[in-house]
Amino acid sequence: MPEMFLDGRPLSVANGTSVAAALALGADGCSRTSVSGQRRAPLCGMGTCQECRVLIDGRRRLACQTLCLDGMQVQTRP
Amino acid sequence: MNEATDLLIIGAGPAGMAAALAAASSGVHIVLLDDNPLPGGQIWRDGPQASLPSAARHLRDQLRNCANVRCHAGTRVIACAADKTLLVEDAERGWQIRYERLILCTGARELLLPFPGWTLPGVTGAGGLQALIKGGLPVRGERLVIAGSGPLLLASAATAKHQGAQVLRIAEQARFGAVAGFAGQLPRWPGKFFQSFSLFDSHYRTNTHVVEALGRERLEGVRLQQQGQTIELACDRLACGFGLIPNTQLGQALGCAVEGQALAVDAWQATTRHDHYAAGECTGFGGSELALVEGAIAGHAAVGNSAAAQQLWLRRARWQGFARALNTAFALDPRLKSLARGDTLVCRCEDVPYGELVGHENWREAKLASRCGMGACQGRVCGAALEHLFGWTPPAPRPPFSPARIETLLELEETPPS
Ligand SMILES: Cc1cc2nc3c(=O)[nH]c(=O)nc-3n(C[C@H](O)[C@H](O)[C@H](O)COP(=O)(O)OP(=O)(O)OC[C@H]3O[C@@H](n4cnc5c(N)ncnc54)[C@H](O)[C@@H]3O)c2cc1C
Ligand code: FES
Repeated sequence: MPEMFLDGRPLSVANGTSVAAALALGADGCSRTSVSGQRRAPLCGMGTCQECRVLIDGRRRLACQTLCLDGMQVQTRP
Repeated sequence: MNEATDLLIIGAGPAGMAAALAAASSGVHIVLLDDNPLPGGQIWRDGPQASLPSAARHLRDQLRNCANVRCHAGTRVIACAADKTLLVEDAERGWQIRYERLILCTGARELLLPFPGWTLPGVTGAGGLQALIKGGLPVRGERLVIAGSGPLLLASAATAKHQGAQVLRIAEQARFGAVAGFAGQLPRWPGKFFQSFSLFDSHYRTNTHVVEALGRERLEGVRLQQQGQTIELACDRLACGFGLIPNTQLGQALGCAVEGQALAVDAWQATTRHDHYAAGECTGFGGSELALVEGAIAGHAAVGNSAAAQQLWLRRARWQGFARALNTAFALDPRLKSLARGDTLVCRCEDVPYGELVGHENWREAKLASRCGMGACQGRVCGAALEHLFGWTPPAPRPPFSPARIETLLELEETPPS
């Protein structure tokens, strides 16, 4: 059961959970804000659309292709 | 930390796994690379809410026992560094891999077409929703509408229901006659017959398509055109996908010819570039059985075992028949080309609306005028949509093939491994 942080709040998830799923388990499911100010959430679920990009331990990564790990810091884009 | 290998395989779905296993018996050194954290590709995506069939587990275990196969998970291809040398990146580092032979098993992605409201949180692809659920997305008690085209709608619905979602409607754009005709042919491919039959759902409607996703901050409902009538359903999620399109970008960048939107291959699964092979859905949409047999043929052929490759031709022909029946039955209706309105965003990366794109002659002109396709996905979503809507040929892929870290790009300066 990895214990991670989503926008600073602790969250524990089942083993093998994707960060994309964690966004919905711990908050409203959104990942970023678009250039014209719309909130966006993961779309394709498979690494194509890039809608799910977030900061993971300070690096820009795709939430749908990253597994949650103990101590991971995930930051969505307000 | 650069690497050299006899055979490099890109993509660890059914095709890539079968290719690695077939080639492994020859004893050559093999690298199998995939951008997902776990092998399996689309159909065998593992996760806390996934149930893998035993055949998939068996294949995975067999691969793990091959001492000459090295797997790189969570690794993507960034650029061509030199002849037969690719620059790749994982979460930690970037490095170059030099190969003698290459097999492209990059699979397919969903065709996502723009319609009003499709950027609202709560709207996903159809296979996209299935993938997200397998990765742990909670849907218990949620009301779902699944729309678009193809058997993936039923597969996605089955996964969602298994996780406790309430599927209100499965909207298939194809007409009843086409779907019934396809179902009638299924006994020719027994495995598939039972698979589709067990997935059948009483909320399935043919000749039905999405018109608009409704909601302000997130999805609240959907408007459908159902057999000639407009209906609205309140729902929490809309999963919408219009079939699959082959991932040809990397193959194109390596100089392999494309034919009819897929990588062109001969009977040995060889592409038009010497020593470069392709198998599975990057050569055309056809399901996992076809991907497995094509992968095995490519694996045998790439290590010079023509006899073993040739033995599989008959089996491949059988599943090619299935692929043809599938693609004919679920051909997209032209009315789906008029779903977007002037203010509907087409490029989700740069927020370019449909109204700014109509009237242009081609992709290049539209891109220069509007920034369409210049964002993070590099036109993988909007390029495919505009090819469908306007017949524009999508841009030739340019490195970096996906967003990369500066440190990785600096690796291009390194002398390639000899
Ligand atoms: C979202 C989705 C869900 C599906 N669900 C089902 C289902 O439930 N049942 C069914 O019968 N069929 C399903 N399909 C159809 C399915 O694609 C095929 O049956 C089968 O998985 C095809 O196998 P493949 O090996 O050709 O490609 P894939 O399984 O697509 O495997 C390709 C792999 O290559 C990786 N890849 C691609 N490009 C790169 C790159 N440049 N660098 C690194 N890695 C790369 C991909 O991430 C992927 O893991 C689904 C398809 C999609 C898109
Ligand atoms: S959801 Fe599309 S890239 Fe992650």
